[in-house]
Amino acid sequence: MMSNKKVRLMQGNEACVEGALAAGMRFYGGYPITPSTEIAEISAEKLPRVGGKFIQMEDEIAGIAAAIGGSLAGLKAMTATSGPGFSLKQENLGYAAIAEIPLVVVNVQRGGPSTGLPTAPAQGDVMQAKWGTHGDHPIIALSPSSVRETFDVTVRAFNLAEKYRTPVVILTDEVVGHMREKIEIPDVNDIEIIDRVKPSDDDNYLPYGVTGDELVPPMAAFGDGHRFHVTGLMHDETGFPSNSSENAEKVLDRLMNKINKNLDDIIEYEEYMLDDAQIVILSYGSTARSAKSAVKQLREQGINAGMFRPITIWPFPEEQVRKLSEKVKSILVAEMNLGQVVLEVERIVKGKCEINHIGKANGEVITPEEIASKAKEVL
Amino acid sequence: MTSKLIQKYFREDKLPHIWCPGCGHGILMRAVAAAIDNLGLDKDKVCIVSGIGCSSRAPGYMDFNTLHTTHGRALAFATGVKLANPELEVIVITGDGDCAAIGGNHLIHAARRNINITTIVFNNNIYGMTGGQYSPTTPTNEFGTTAPYGNIDKPFNIPELAGAAGATYTARGTAYHAKQLIKLIENGIKNKGFSLIEGISVCPTYYGRKNKKGSAVNMMNWLKDNAIDVKIAAKLPEEKVEGKFLIGEFKNTTEPEYTDEYMKIIERCQKER
Amino acid sequence: MLKQTEIRLTGSGGQGLILGGIILAEAAIMEGNNAVQSQSYGPEARGGASKAEVIISNKEIDFPKVVKADIMLSLTQVALDKYADTIKEDGILVVDSSLDVPSDLKAKKVVSIPILNTAKEVIGKSMVANIVALGAIRQLSDIVSKESLEEAVLSRVPKGTEELNKRALQEGYNLVK
Repeated sequence: MMSNKKVRLMQGNEACVEGALAAGMRFYGGYPITPSTEIAEISAEKLPRVGGKFIQMEDEIAGIAAAIGGSLAGLKAMTATSGPGFSLKQENLGYAAIAEIPLVVVNVQRGGPSTGLPTAPAQGDVMQAKWGTHGDHPIIALSPSSVRETFDVTVRAFNLAEKYRTPVVILTDEVVGHMREKIEIPDVNDIEIIDRVKPSDDDNYLPYGVTGDELVPPMAAFGDGHRFHVTGLMHDETGFPSNSSENAEKVLDRLMNKINKNLDDIIEYEEYMLDDAQIVILSYGSTARSAKSAVKQLREQGINAGMFRPITIWPFPEEQVRKLSEKVKSILVAEMNLGQVVLEVERIVKGKCEINHIGKANGEVITPEEIASKAKEVL
Repeated sequence: MTSKLIQKYFREDKLPHIWCPGCGHGILMRAVAAAIDNLGLDKDKVCIVSGIGCSSRAPGYMDFNTLHTTHGRALAFATGVKLANPELEVIVITGDGDCAAIGGNHLIHAARRNINITTIVFNNNIYGMTGGQYSPTTPTNEFGTTAPYGNIDKPFNIPELAGAAGATYTARGTAYHAKQLIKLIENGIKNKGFSLIEGISVCPTYYGRKNKKGSAVNMMNWLKDNAIDVKIAAKLPEEKVEGKFLIGEFKNTTEPEYTDEYMKIIERCQKER
Repeated sequence: MLKQTEIRLTGSGGQGLILGGIILAEAAIMEGNNAVQSQSYGPEARGGASKAEVIISNKEIDFPKVVKADIMLSLTQVALDKYADTIKEDGILVVDSSLDVPSDLKAKKVVSIPILNTAKEVIGKSMVANIVALGAIRQLSDIVSKESLEEAVLSRVPKGTEELNKRALQEGYNLVK
């Protein structure tokens, strides 16, 4: 009953803010854009109540820039947007990657390209999340399928951002962002919260210095007394620019290794009825709900179907998909775009099993019936 | 022997700076440090933010909390830093291209909010870092590598732009009038609100050569001969002011400051809970 | 045993259909059921064709959208014409009596009742038409109890309009007695 106040009907975008606040978000910089606007609105309402700061900036670029500034001043920071805004944020997403700024960027995906279909769902920004900003850089991207998972994924996004000093993208979509579902908010004490590691108080703080096998340098805040320098130029462990190719290689190695050497910690996925599966629907975000429903339909018809759902999209669960491809006949990738994650799957599987794709980018969701019938067609 | 000011406020191991011989930026950078010294600010509580361009290399040499951001975005980053920690004295060092072209929108909105940030524009009338392209302050009919037939754009008057957008303190100084510039920067920092001080620099390498302005000394002399203090100009007949440019304080008013107003919202929200 | 009801509320922007969907979903979760509410909308804040969907189930709800509705409400002709063929053949259509129901429409039951007029003339507030409609839908389908529905309505409507909305619910019940 409603008397248990923790069980309630909540919108995905609201769950995102609740998760962020639970994780310790105290700064939001952003710009309104459909279908992410509720995240800004609810943050504007709730942040000052916990002593946090909200600012609506003059544009998307300034929104992420302010959030980076807030993070450097020591607050856990977030910005949210959708496709057109995500394009604009790429510039400073790269900045956050090279300057190693903990930051959460939410992209409630809508139909594109350009202004596209503002009120309709899509999953067309998957590759952009990885490759959208120039140059090689680390990125983590997470994709929730439900309102409750939006809460959990947002908490996790903050934890990963703080732990690895890196921007984390939440790739949700119009369906998950706007739908309302029953959700039970976990008790604050049951949520694991990770804060960035602060440097010790000695005078020799190296903002990008690591010792031994460490990959993530401790992070001071402006005003802490360390007077360090931060730049988007390639820099050495002191934080000051360096043109040396030897240094650049060392820095990029470390940036990439922060992610690549911690795949087990970062990668999350759901497996559904895979044990005896002949055909696996690989899907993520809201489309995975259709995939799961399709698997149930197929099973009722005696077809051994299963589902693999990456929750962490980047880094992609490569090892898991490779193993899967060795034991199943066919993988069917279902996504609301004309073929993005399927490219990654093809790259990983290297012909070990059959790969098919069902995609849509017309603003409509893919229905369970469409997935089930495609599965039957390819089997 | 380096001066006491350099010892106290600069990262000596990062010097010499990258600027060309004769560039005015070193004088402007020193003026910022001198103003901070005169005000006795705590180095640990000063944050200097810059964008991209010649001007924006300054913070790297200065021993404070320093943030070298993306092109044009210094004020947007600085706004985040200031709102997150209003105790920090946030100073932005930017150039004419950085703040009036690619960062023009951030400039007018930071001014509109009257957020307590002091912006010092190192204006050399050209894009120096990329090799001499015309900027939003290159005078009409002058030359840049991208204005080979003469510039047909009209230049911005940056302090006027910022003042009209809501900055509560605006002023202009020059690399020649260094002492006055220090005072203007001090007053800008003291103003509780958005302050913009334009420091006219000289770029003998690109702007000077492209426009036959002669040596750095000639360019400095030009600043001396063509700048008129705004208070003196007010008393002069129009023809005496024609063709010259104004320096001094243009605007010094008091308006509610952004982070103060936000703190009031926090207090109100927390009281209501 | 799976018991799932899929409801589509259609009309124009500004008629409070999304709020109506939220209230139905909240009433359902008060009773321990699962519910998903979603919507589609055009660029208009008011007018245009608006649609809110609610799925109520005693099991986990995977696909969150309604393809064919068990119950559909239409408050405008534009919306009815647009969505007429999305009702299940054994579904129920509830329409405002001012609308023309297409002769070829397939549904188990078509209930034509003066929802808009009841809100406007009987209650005296056009804006409670959504609540009148919820009352009628409840009475026809029994998807939620009267108690849960009333509690959900009262927790969502603006302060000071509680009595008005209770009356609207009651008039909705009365329309299908």
